[in-house]
Amino acid sequence: MAEALLTLEGVHTHIGQYHILQGVDFAVPRGALTVLLGRNGAGKTTTLRTIMGLWKPSAGRISFDGREIGGWTTPDISRAGIAYVPETMGVFADLTVRENMILAAQTGPPDAARLDWLFGFFPALKRFWTHPAGVLSGGQKQMLSIARAIIEPRRLILVDEPTKGIAPAIIDNMIRAFQELKRDETTILLVEQNFRFAEALGDFAVVMDDGRIVHSDGMAALARDSATQTRLLGLSLEAHA
Amino acid sequence: MTDASPVAATVVAPEPIPVVRADYLPVLLVPALALIALPLIGSTTTWVTLTIAALAMGMMIFVIASGLTLVFGLMDVLNFGHGAFIAVGAYLAMTTLLPLAGWMQADSLALNLAALGLAVLVAMAGTGALGWAFERVIIMPVYGQHLKQILITTGGLIVAEQLIHVFWGGDQKPMSLPTALRGAIVIGDVAIEKFRLLALATGLLVFLSMLLVLNRTKLGLLIRAGVENGEMVEALGYRIRRLFVAVFVAGSALAGLGGTMWALYRETLTAGIGGEVIVLVFIVIIIGGLGSVGGCFLGSILVAQMANYTGYLAPKVALASNILLMVIILMWRPQGLYPVAKR
Repeated sequence: MAEALLTLEGVHTHIGQYHILQGVDFAVPRGALTVLLGRNGAGKTTTLRTIMGLWKPSAGRISFDGREIGGWTTPDISRAGIAYVPETMGVFADLTVRENMILAAQTGPPDAARLDWLFGFFPALKRFWTHPAGVLSGGQKQMLSIARAIIEPRRLILVDEPTKGIAPAIIDNMIRAFQELKRDETTILLVEQNFRFAEALGDFAVVMDDGRIVHSDGMAALARDSATQTRLLGLSLEAHA
Repeated sequence: MTDASPVAATVVAPEPIPVVRADYLPVLLVPALALIALPLIGSTTTWVTLTIAALAMGMMIFVIASGLTLVFGLMDVLNFGHGAFIAVGAYLAMTTLLPLAGWMQADSLALNLAALGLAVLVAMAGTGALGWAFERVIIMPVYGQHLKQILITTGGLIVAEQLIHVFWGGDQKPMSLPTALRGAIVIGDVAIEKFRLLALATGLLVFLSMLLVLNRTKLGLLIRAGVENGEMVEALGYRIRRLFVAVFVAGSALAGLGGTMWALYRETLTAGIGGEVIVLVFIVIIIGGLGSVGGCFLGSILVAQMANYTGYLAPKVALASNILLMVIILMWRPQGLYPVAKR
């Protein structure tokens, strides 16, 4: 396994009176795509939000490229090179697609060549460039959310269930975009329930249950092991074939 | 980044571009209300005078309310202490104008405006600084706690009013208009007070400047995005707290400007001036849509129209008519005239 870019050690997160993450330990290897799997309520979204600083860990260590980021603010974590695509997509509905992209570019105006590259995957964004993001369909909003995260090269991208409720044709283009990012050795941590999508992209798989990591291995190994899938996730890949 | 992908692209059939229809219906309320008032008032001359008075009053309310609506939209902060900035701004302006009495009484419009400009600058700088301190000491400890916000900001308003009594005394102060702005311009049978024209122009200038900043600058984009989803703005690498403090200071400074205009409009000044106008300000930001500058502008005009028309037709129900207006608008559009999309 490659050197870890992101490491979580014994991370606990409380939200109000609820103890959601109960000692999460896993590593995200540099330049690879790691899929975080688990049943609903296992703590996957909380894990991403805790990494991003949107919820503060109550205990444990989160290290990014050798630096402890557990106490950092969300803007500092973002400026360190971590992009976040939330489950809710987080597009600014009253702003145009163009304005959404301008805000996402941290170092200046969006680079024209990078935009053209993005439009190759998500042509709808070019068509709706001057339209308010609120008029986009669910799939188009997801395209915008992902495009916003990769408008500039980032060191780590956290993506929360990008295929939820999205048409298969758009999912295919999303797979292409993530494959391109993998070729550029961008590190990605992907929360996903769509096993076809996870299998097509994942290098490593980490499975959560009840706020803890219960399995960590290569994605290919998990994809071959239907007994483990059934035991940990209550499903098997054959059922999704 | 690499060039063309070797993986085959899936062709997604282009979806039709949706037609974005501008929502002009709330704007039509202004002429509709004016037309309803015309036969009730009877005299066209009086109606024109009241309508212009309403537009001028609306602009003053807008100047005061615009900062408050953005503060609420950005950080969900209910600041009942906004009236303190109105009062302090007016008192600072009055104090600045005392040694400038010669300029105020001169027959030169330029000297009159220079005196007013200086007073407004001092009022805005003072209330901006007060706003910064108010945010650090009073607002910051109660983020996300609405009940505590209401209690502590109301307490802040009371303390500010008492401090005004200490520094300036509790009696009513005169706040005279400069020579060139006294009286009215008569067009036909219609008399239009000169100061109302200045208030109208100032309000429009503030509104257009805000539109320019909000729509044409990155700061404006951040404010609009922050009103909608502050958490995502932070995830994109921007510090929403700093943005909020900047908006809070700007909003306080605008309240200082509005307070100065309101005191000149009333030509008198008491420590309770903020409390007098703050009820109308809250009605405005609720019917406009919390966090919406456009809604705030429209709401200000509607509230001022109701206050002026009913003030003429049935003075005893002037405030009640605005509460009725709020109820009717919220029954039609529960989120206000131009609601801001919230995550």
